[in-house]
Amino acid sequence: MLQALIDGILLGGVYGVIATGLSLVFGVLGVVNFAHAEFLMLGMYVAWFAWRWLGLDPLLGSVLSFVIVFAVGYVVQRTLIERVLKAPPAAQVFLTVGLLIAIENAALMVFGSEFRSVSVPYQVQGYRLGDIFIGAPYLYAFAAAVILAAALWLFLERSWTGRAIRAVAQDAMAATLVGVDTKRTYGLAFGLGVALTAFGGAVILPYITVSPTVGGQFVVLMFTVVVLGGLGSVAGALAGGIMVGVVQSMSTLIFPIQLQNLCLFVIFIAVLALRPQGLIKGA
Amino acid sequence: MPETALSSATPDAAASAVLEVRDLSAAYGGPDVLSAVTLGVRTGETVAVLGANTAGKTTLLRAISGLIPKARGHIAFEGLALLGRPAHTIPGLGIGHVPEGRHVFPRMTTLDNLMMGAFFHRGAKDIAERLERVFTLFPRLQERQAQLAGSMSGGEQQMVSIGRALMGKPKLLLLDEPSHGLAPIVVDELHGAIGAINRQGVSVLLVEQNAMLALSVAHRGYVLEAGHVVLSGSSQSLSADPGVRRAYLGV
Ligand SMILES: Nc1ncnc2c1ncn2[C@@H]1O[C@H](COP(=O)(O)OP(=O)(O)O)[C@@H](O)[C@H]1O
Ligand SMILES: [Mg+2]
Repeated sequence: MLQALIDGILLGGVYGVIATGLSLVFGVLGVVNFAHAEFLMLGMYVAWFAWRWLGLDPLLGSVLSFVIVFAVGYVVQRTLIERVLKAPPAAQVFLTVGLLIAIENAALMVFGSEFRSVSVPYQVQGYRLGDIFIGAPYLYAFAAAVILAAALWLFLERSWTGRAIRAVAQDAMAATLVGVDTKRTYGLAFGLGVALTAFGGAVILPYITVSPTVGGQFVVLMFTVVVLGGLGSVAGALAGGIMVGVVQSMSTLIFPIQLQNLCLFVIFIAVLALRPQGLIKGA
Repeated sequence: MPETALSSATPDAAASAVLEVRDLSAAYGGPDVLSAVTLGVRTGETVAVLGANTAGKTTLLRAISGLIPKARGHIAFEGLALLGRPAHTIPGLGIGHVPEGRHVFPRMTTLDNLMMGAFFHRGAKDIAERLERVFTLFPRLQERQAQLAGSMSGGEQQMVSIGRALMGKPKLLLLDEPSHGLAPIVVDELHGAIGAINRQGVSVLLVEQNAMLALSVAHRGYVLEAGHVVLSGSSQSLSADPGVRRAYLGV
């Protein structure tokens, strides 16, 4: 029981960072990015190739994932997403779902369909505290996620660019009136959002294999987290991530592992039904 | 309303004009909501723009700040043409805009709201001084600096919005109905502050529906009706004008 709780928290911290990216994009741009999990997949591949070609541990490769996917996200926003910012929601859904399909198929063509994994020295190591076993890859991924979340918080609270992102999210016109370039800020926020998710993907590479369809495993999870935390709220997404991690981990005590995603889905639907404002005006 | 010849514009007025608007027309996709509007603000002046709801006052200020893409005509700030410039570059030139409805950043503290006002000048050495000046003008903001702006009263939010604009060190301040919906005592306080800002050398373009109030602080005024300037003149002459008295002063 305590073991499951700890496992859940370690998993959930990473889920929090992964979902924070989605939440940030919605909070600032007002766009529900259905393609978001594809950037997680891209981040995993960057880290995989960094491990394969450069011998970088995915925990370090995650920095590379962050930087490269940030750049990709910025370009995607400025060339594609920007066009639908003021469009009806349906147009935004078509674009981001189209993007999902395009990225996934491009990945199939470029990377092939096989599953790839890394091997790192600490893969099967861990720490034992009495009856509790803490797997090293889970602990390190959690630590990386917590460090990134703290850095994100500092960035949003203290830096001029971070404040500008919050300002645009809260009142784009007022932000313009104090000299913030909102178009550039939307690009930065989208880049940052997908980069956070890509980082989360990279740090879990030691315990999850990557394939072009890996995003599909995370879509329901990601949306459940942000719906729980209130879409658009960064702190909420982190708390939601830990909650989802714990639920997922606890549910394996009761249900067979195949039903994990079903459990999440039930929570997702229940939250939507009982607390729809979580999705609509969580910001 | 008759086109009364009260305009105090003189040929040499342009020389010291901080703001010059000539033949400005603007639309939101439909018919023009501003038609060939011409007006100006001279350095150091407070100029009022009066007019009923939907006359086009807000649109005028938004056009100056570059927020109306379909504006046509000519707007010059210190001789610099403004139309066509991206909106986010306008505050850096020295124009502060306090928008209608205040538009504070609700989930930021008062302090962060004010700091955002200096966004264009981030890295400037005198930011602490600017903050000091805003706090001198509105001591209440200093007390409330850690409070979220969205949780403050209307009057306090208006102070935050004005203070935020002042953090950009404007030479021209655009104020859109700063007294709207506020208690008389707060309105007095705000208008006192507007007078003080003007005396510190900031030119002011003040939009109000409450003509009496606006003319009490302004040197001159223009009356806007359905997108046209129908009348202009000194504050005394406008307050004495029978048409203005009937339409806007309720006399
Ligand atoms: N965003 C907008 N889209 C379309 N029409 C608008 C918009 N804002 C204002 N208008 C119209 O433009 C006219 C002038 O409005 P406005 O400038 O807000 O007047 P005022 O500030 O004097 O009340 C009104 O008829 C109003 O309905
Ligand atoms: Mg108005």
